[in-house]
Amino acid sequence: MSSENSVGVVAPQRVGFDQPLWLKSGARLHGFELVFETYGTLNAERSNAVLVCHALSGSHHVAGRHADDPESVGWWDNLVGPGKPLDTRKFFVVGVNNLGGCYGSTGPLSINPETGKRYGADFPMVTVEDWVAAQARLADHLGVSTWAAVIGGSLGGMQALAWSIQYPERIRHAMVIASAPKLSAQNIAFNEVARQAIISDPDFHGGHYAEHGVVPTRGLRLARMVGHITYLSDSQMGEKFGRQLRHGEHKFSYDVDFEIESYLRHQGNKFASFFDANTYLMMTKALDYFDPAYEYEGNLAAALVRAKASFFVASFSTDWRFAPARSREIVFALLHNRLHVAYAEIECDAGHDSFLLDDPHYHALLRAYLENIAV
Amino acid sequence: MTEHERRAKAEQRERFDFAVIASWIPPGERVLDLGCGDGRLLRYLNETRDVAGYGVEIDKESVLGCIRNGVDVLQMDIECGLSGFEDNSFDHVVISQALQTMHTTERILGEMLRVAVEAVVSFPNFAYRTNRLAIAEGRMPVSEDLPYDWFDTPNVRFFTIADFEDLCARLGIEIRERLAFDDAGREVSDDPNLNGSLAFYRLGRKN
Repeated sequence: MSSENSVGVVAPQRVGFDQPLWLKSGARLHGFELVFETYGTLNAERSNAVLVCHALSGSHHVAGRHADDPESVGWWDNLVGPGKPLDTRKFFVVGVNNLGGCYGSTGPLSINPETGKRYGADFPMVTVEDWVAAQARLADHLGVSTWAAVIGGSLGGMQALAWSIQYPERIRHAMVIASAPKLSAQNIAFNEVARQAIISDPDFHGGHYAEHGVVPTRGLRLARMVGHITYLSDSQMGEKFGRQLRHGEHKFSYDVDFEIESYLRHQGNKFASFFDANTYLMMTKALDYFDPAYEYEGNLAAALVRAKASFFVASFSTDWRFAPARSREIVFALLHNRLHVAYAEIECDAGHDSFLLDDPHYHALLRAYLENIAV
Repeated sequence: MTEHERRAKAEQRERFDFAVIASWIPPGERVLDLGCGDGRLLRYLNETRDVAGYGVEIDKESVLGCIRNGVDVLQMDIECGLSGFEDNSFDHVVISQALQTMHTTERILGEMLRVAVEAVVSFPNFAYRTNRLAIAEGRMPVSEDLPYDWFDTPNVRFFTIADFEDLCARLGIEIRERLAFDDAGREVSDDPNLNGSLAFYRLGRKN
């Protein structure tokens, strides 16, 4: 990974909030902590702050690297840095690990103050709206009354959309990339397969696996494998792996024959070695529940009535998880409300994961839009 | 003509086109510009008429241009229809010298007058005098308003003022105003199908 235009060595910060947070589910969280990173400098007018929201498996570590691990490059490092499209010479960029995450923010791995044990499955279900409410507390803490922009891909894009609805006065630009206004039945179906893989793992123990000193690795591995298939496009998978054989011949066994099997197993193993199963379950549920139009009889335009932000919406041609048509639903709801919107449908072979890549045209669009944001 | 002169002339002509279109757009309107290129017309309408506009464009470099120009643009294929756009959601819909580049002419005209109260259409008149001369000499015309060689033209529909007005009649489209200009930018009133190089229409639905 090139260190050119990198924000360099970064260190996570931690902030605690004592005030309880009422969650959408009706549950209450007595205070919580968020882990976050910042890049660039907040200007005197406090008008240049940009919040980067992560997707299912992302974290607060958006850009740069940690001093103790040169390999630990941030997940959107190609976007954020001096001279990069989200230019840290202009913007003060904030990455945060969402509530319920497993990278240090309060979540299932945290100690429940009421029991003195890890929350595990007792951690209350959090939603996209809850994340946004928690992020608003972080904004208060940072002295940011209004974000210049909130940006995210996939589940991160849903947070940007939710910001525009929940805090219309606190967001000037919402950048919603490879996202959707709600999951389709097929999306939910894939999530349910992933959840069942985890829940049916004998090591899951109803979510209290930590107390048994085990981790439902097999379930988590399967969940990631299923998820990973939906992140890639058929054409890209075909191009990258095709029917290539691992051992050059058919083995007539259930070991790895085809390269794609090896790849999925590798992805599954890698993920299962560090990601928390309860967090994964909750993230998929947050995705399933997200539907701002739900309280408006399915009318997304009605849900966006209070929104004031200008929007950048982008989709990718080969993304079948959140296909371009899903982004167009958002665009037309914005149009109904006469909001500013730029919508780009980007030709890219990499499926849903395209939003993480540095496709030159995609980055040119982001750069152009971000350059026009006044600070 | 030097490149510089050519560009200056093109810009002058573009400003002229924009001025004609703007003269039909009352200030403060909501405008949809189909095939909006890099958003120049919308920017002009915004600056001169305080128009709130959206552009629709399929070409990716043009979409990027729009975003650079700070113009609200939707990257979509007009040939697939305007199904996501609500009825009468715009005051005017504009298609400026782009109708001849699209296949689904009838559908687009119908959709335009569904989503907007009025449509403004401009196109090069294939029956303009010099074009007729070129054809008479056995050559496809290349002119001020049809500036492409036959082998690299974006145009796919070649039609005349007379043809267009026939189609409007057939589709129940009311021609509320028409302006035609020769290749020097002079307005023509005598036999526009022969003397007009570029035609502008203000269209509405017949009651």
